[in-house]
Amino acid sequence: MSRYYTEEHEWVDVEGDTATVGITDYAQEQLGDIVFVEVPDVGTELDQGDDAAVVESVKAASDVYAAVSGEVIEVNEALEDEPGLVNSSAEEDGWFFRITLSDKDELDDLMDEKAYKAFIDNL
Amino acid sequence: MSDIKENLKQLPLGDWHRGLGARMVPFAGYEMPVQYEGVMAEHIWTRTEAGLFDVSHMGQLQLTGEGAADALEQITPGNLSALAAGKIRYTLLLAQDGGILDDLMVTNTGRNLYLVVNGATKHDDIAYMRDQLPDHVTLNHLEDAALLALQGPKASAALARLDIQPLEEGWPVPADLYFMEAGPFMWNDIPLGISRSGYTGEDGFEISVPAEHVVALATALTELEEVRPIGLGARDSLRLEAGLPLYGHDMGPELLPVEANLNFALSKVRREEGNFAGAERVLAQYPDNAAKKRVGLFVDGRQPIREGAAVIDEAGATIGNVTSGGFSPTLQRPIAMAYVPMPLSETGTAITIEQRGKKIACTVADMPFVPHNYHRKPKL
Repeated sequence: MSRYYTEEHEWVDVEGDTATVGITDYAQEQLGDIVFVEVPDVGTELDQGDDAAVVESVKAASDVYAAVSGEVIEVNEALEDEPGLVNSSAEEDGWFFRITLSDKDELDDLMDEKAYKAFIDNL
Repeated sequence: MSDIKENLKQLPLGDWHRGLGARMVPFAGYEMPVQYEGVMAEHIWTRTEAGLFDVSHMGQLQLTGEGAADALEQITPGNLSALAAGKIRYTLLLAQDGGILDDLMVTNTGRNLYLVVNGATKHDDIAYMRDQLPDHVTLNHLEDAALLALQGPKASAALARLDIQPLEEGWPVPADLYFMEAGPFMWNDIPLGISRSGYTGEDGFEISVPAEHVVALATALTELEEVRPIGLGARDSLRLEAGLPLYGHDMGPELLPVEANLNFALSKVRREEGNFAGAERVLAQYPDNAAKKRVGLFVDGRQPIREGAAVIDEAGATIGNVTSGGFSPTLQRPIAMAYVPMPLSETGTAITIEQRGKKIACTVADMPFVPHNYHRKPKL
């Protein structure tokens, strides 16, 4: 399994032809207390860069973009009752959705962990 | 980013906030702390202990000269000429057409009127007042004064632990002030103007202090175990729970006081006199003849609705708008303020909001959402 990152602070765990997507620990730290996560419906077809989810903190709503294109095949139902999972475990239990990978070449645009770390160190 | 930063002004406590690990954001032209440990924790701390807010971006003004209160009454609907020394009144700065230019607190200090206006509007307010007030009334912008707010159920006990003395012997100490009373005090030879007022719905104080001494005062206060610094994020969620409107969001120049649900700011005497700016338009709506009204909303479910979301009718047409919205840490549910058609403004009325293409059910709620906890003077 390989993990990729986007400049919009999403992580993408690729396993075969599917990927799990969430927001990074850096992102949850910036957003603060998360009170609601709107995930896409299962079956939604997303193009890379589409609005995929919304994260609501006490103060503001933030869009989460589709890091890769594909069809949403599963969403994290636990976030409905416990949106704070995104704060406590952004890069594991706080995952958002699983998606099929319709174009694996898109992964070439993403960063690896080292590049992402360098990216946030410069913000 | 750097371009924006260079244009931002610094508050006297800027470095102090950064030293405490605050996240700084642009607000009202200043770099200001939005949060320290987190909005939720800071909000709950203020509701249960005492929070210290830096509100030095707000405009502190002084009106001096004979008849200053009468002159200010021409552009406000408050009964300011009857304001006794040591008392504070909330009022509205009105344009010539009655539109709301700002909301403000006016204190009769006994020697002059002391005004606190919003940070984002202060320069426009000053220009308008200088234009409207007669020459014999002088307006001073107290740019060398900082402003702190200490808010929460333990604010009074905390403040009492600093050795703050009344300016004149025999006058009350801060703890003796009631809600909407103010006075001059001294702390370590530093003059303080202290008001029992605030923007959280809690008991508390607003403290005007010379900018050169604000670090000392903020440090002394936050060294008390019941006091923590609180950022703008919690300030917004606290005032929303308290049902207090935010200028530029819940009211503005295109809105009149009655539709903004601010009838209490239209004093009886001034309604009868009918001689303030825009009185004809304003009073034509009084008490409930406006087409729309600002109301509170309880939002079904867990998803907050935000400023800009539309109030829609059954056919999906836009009939109103959300002006403030967020998650209430106290009630653990989303709440909002919105303008709705007057026939839909009764408490309990079902309202539909459309946000990002999704319909969300709401119910008109009484405000405040969370009861005020003011230290009011007992009624005789």
